Amino acid sequence: MKIIVAIKQVPERDAQVRIDAAGKGIDESGLQWALNESDAYALEEALQQKEKNGGEVIVLTAGPERVGPTIREALAKGADRAIHIDCDDLASRDALGVARLLAAAIKQESPDLILTGLQSEDLGLGQTGVIVAELLGLPHATLILQVEKTDSGLKVKRELEEGWFQSVELPTPAVLTIQSGGNKLRYATLMGIKKAKTKDVRRVTAAELAVDSTPVVLLERIALPRKQKTTQMLPGTAKEAAAALVEKLKFEARVL
Amino acid sequence: MSGIYVVLQERDGRVSRASWEAIAAGQLLGGQLNQPVTAVVLGAATEALAAEAAAKAIAKVVRVEHPLLAQYTADGFTSALAQLIQNQTPSAVVLPHTYQVRDYAPALAARLGQVLISDVVAIGDGPTFTRQLLQGRLTGNYRHTGNGPSFISVQAGAFRADAVQAGAAEIYPFTPTLDAAQIRTQPGEPFRGAAQTVDLGSAQLIVAVGRGIKDADNLPLVQDLATALGAELAASRPICDNGWLPMERQVGSSGQTVSPKLYLAVGISGAIQHLVGMKGSQCIVAINKDPDAPIFEVADYGIAGDLFEVLPALTEALKAAGL
Repeated sequence: MKIIVAIKQVPERDAQVRIDAAGKGIDESGLQWALNESDAYALEEALQQKEKNGGEVIVLTAGPERVGPTIREALAKGADRAIHIDCDDLASRDALGVARLLAAAIKQESPDLILTGLQSEDLGLGQTGVIVAELLGLPHATLILQVEKTDSGLKVKRELEEGWFQSVELPTPAVLTIQSGGNKLRYATLMGIKKAKTKDVRRVTAAELAVDSTPVVLLERIALPRKQKTTQMLPGTAKEAAAALVEKLKFEARVL
Repeated sequence: MSGIYVVLQERDGRVSRASWEAIAAGQLLGGQLNQPVTAVVLGAATEALAAEAAAKAIAKVVRVEHPLLAQYTADGFTSALAQLIQNQTPSAVVLPHTYQVRDYAPALAARLGQVLISDVVAIGDGPTFTRQLLQGRLTGNYRHTGNGPSFISVQAGAFRADAVQAGAAEIYPFTPTLDAAQIRTQPGEPFRGAAQTVDLGSAQLIVAVGRGIKDADNLPLVQDLATALGAELAASRPICDNGWLPMERQVGSSGQTVSPKLYLAVGISGAIQHLVGMKGSQCIVAINKDPDAPIFEVADYGIAGDLFEVLPALTEALKAAGL
């Protein structure tokens, strides 16, 4: 199978994020970046499919220069090659605009399977994979934990709410959005890191893909969330805070 | 283009709670835009659902009925709803932000050249739609500027289901044109994962652990605290994904929903997927090294500190207090 995995670089989970001066985005100066977690699971699923059924794994991402290390990380883990959609204005495009870029790049490759994480940790829209499927006219399934190749296509395990699951069968080519936890993630080996340096990363600019970038949804302003409750913060050393908490739970909240 | 269409989802043969919340959100939007609210039910047999919806104070109910809608498929629902929207040209479509809606609504919006504003927690003047960013660490205000209908999915618990008043609405049928060849996915019957042996839903005291614990080898620290409290042990998704605790101990949208007397969250940042599973708890305590972690937004008591110091101290303090 020829598999394309669409990945996204997002701010590292523990990174301190600050709102930028315009109030429309986050201040990227000094920010640490990482591979989006569910995309890492999508990549893992692709690599395992290749190990079982043969084929090729191509990672695809859109973003500015800084996504380079994230692409190398995916290549070091075992992807065969990469496509980098060079794009400085990702934040000004809406979900449809980004999906149009990805779909245009995917179309040139005619893959059998397209995988992506179910949602990004930064915007959390959870839509990219589904819109890509719509734009390419392909069937899709979301929140997938297991993928099995069958004679007629794929059989996948889909997560439902509250501990329920469902099997779904669909023909290929298809798009799947991968939920985290279905596989154990691998680490890049030293050999993998070395090999990654020589693997092909094809650059294509957003302009070359010539897709409509006019957004229909605008992110107007970002802000710190409003507190839903007044939290009593308990100061002091660990011991002092712990003692204060026991007092509070016993005599104020009366839950012990 | 006028009218707010709210797409309802069925659960055990009834209109789901999340759907009533979507109607409440639709009414808020309708009040702002001075437009009536229509409820939409889909399926192969929708009479009972339509009747349930029609007993509320909304303008009308549309039954989108077709044998090929008996079972949910993204292809069937997307096509049927796209036809309805093109036929009746609402100005906004509101949906509950469920796993099912996440599966088809982005494609539905895209088919009509629009973009779904997903997981909305508040609707402001404009209208503007507020949703969370960076796992709840920031919020973003969005505006729809396309020239078609806007699409909004609303987060569970963000709008009040009990705000929807009783009433009497007219019911109208709508029959979409669907062909079996259009439905490309074959869904199987839902099944449960491993047998549930832990019922977190009835636990009075819960200690839940998240990524902050760093390693499975550190879990005894949390277990000791749970034992000292007589509490059940629970976890956020990453802990179960790593196989450190069984899936059945997971709290959140993909795990169990709990509302104990005390929920003590240790090393849990408070991503929305976790919060929806526990924010109904009577008393919430958060212990986290990051004072800006979103878990503190829902906590009654907080300790911003190193859990590796706080946990042993807390276990000791509980023992000393004779609990």
